[in-house]
Amino acid sequence: MEFNNNIPIYIQIVEQIKVKIISGVLCAEERLPSVREFAIQMQVNPNTMQKALTELEELGLIFTERTNGKFVTKDKGLIEKYKAEYAKELSEKYFENMLGIGYTKKQVLDYLKELKGEEK
Amino acid sequence: MTLLKCENLYKRFGKTEILKDINLDIKSGKIIGLLGKNGMGKTTLIKCINDLLTVSSGKVLINGKEIGVESKSVISYLPERTYLDKSLSVNETIKYFATFYKDFDSEKACRLLKDLGLDTAQKLNKMSKGMLEKVQLVMVMSRKADLYILDEPLGGVDPATRDYILDTILTNFDDGASVIISTHLISDIERILDEVIFINNGEIVLHRDTDELRAEQNGSIDEIFRRMFKC
Repeated sequence: MEFNNNIPIYIQIVEQIKVKIISGVLCAEERLPSVREFAIQMQVNPNTMQKALTELEELGLIFTERTNGKFVTKDKGLIEKYKAEYAKELSEKYFENMLGIGYTKKQVLDYLKELKGEEK
Repeated sequence: MTLLKCENLYKRFGKTEILKDINLDIKSGKIIGLLGKNGMGKTTLIKCINDLLTVSSGKVLINGKEIGVESKSVISYLPERTYLDKSLSVNETIKYFATFYKDFDSEKACRLLKDLGLDTAQKLNKMSKGMLEKVQLVMVMSRKADLYILDEPLGGVDPATRDYILDTILTNFDDGASVIISTHLISDIERILDEVIFINNGEIVLHRDTDELRAEQNGSIDEIFRRMFKC
């Protein structure tokens, strides 16, 4: 796993796991690996992984079942909510970048339509 | 819980002060980077903690007790230079460690070496530098210690070996144990560190949580280090 050393690692882990959940790579109610296994998988320090999982738990995206481990939330509505939020974030960033190189909003939209046409 | 404590530690060689008023408090369950340029006192500090050098004044406490025979049994130390007898084979080295250290796990060592695809009948003097470094690390990490001190474990290894070494460190330190890694190759290692200690001219100038420092200074530990100690 590649990390950007400029940003706190735990924030990047939160982000990566969040994307896995909203994209369905990790399903609702799926059991997560233990902190240690997860840390080894992502090649990070177990303490950093713990911190990331705590954050995800605060976001409501995962929950702990005593003695049983950690699971992805059952609340599909919440996953959808985060998905919508993330989509908005990505789109805004895209617009920002395009406006940054001199496109107008209308041009960006036209460009997107055109691009979609090409794919067909 | 505090695992290692240094109190007003000084080390002088003649009139030269190598370590000046070092105060450290290291808790268990952490991976800590001891970072500093060459010749700033990293190895001297490590040798003082390992009781290989006598401190000029001040104290080093391991689990609340002054260093001595007992502290040596709970610290697993990887020195900067090879200390293995190169005329031995890998198998013989494992036996040697097993007789020497009660907490040495021979099975674990064999398993790790097997993963490396290493012929354990091979003599150490027939090995490349990188291979030898891996063997040494496996030996050190196969002990069940409270504190692992690794002095420059990444010196002169290729990127693939570096990843192997970082993985070995991550997967082989037990809950409750701590690891201190000294290095000047910061960018290679910073993702696995809980805390960083910057040492400069024999003084500790900073001891912080890695992610907090990144967020506060808005940059990588490598960058922050370069900014602070620009030549």
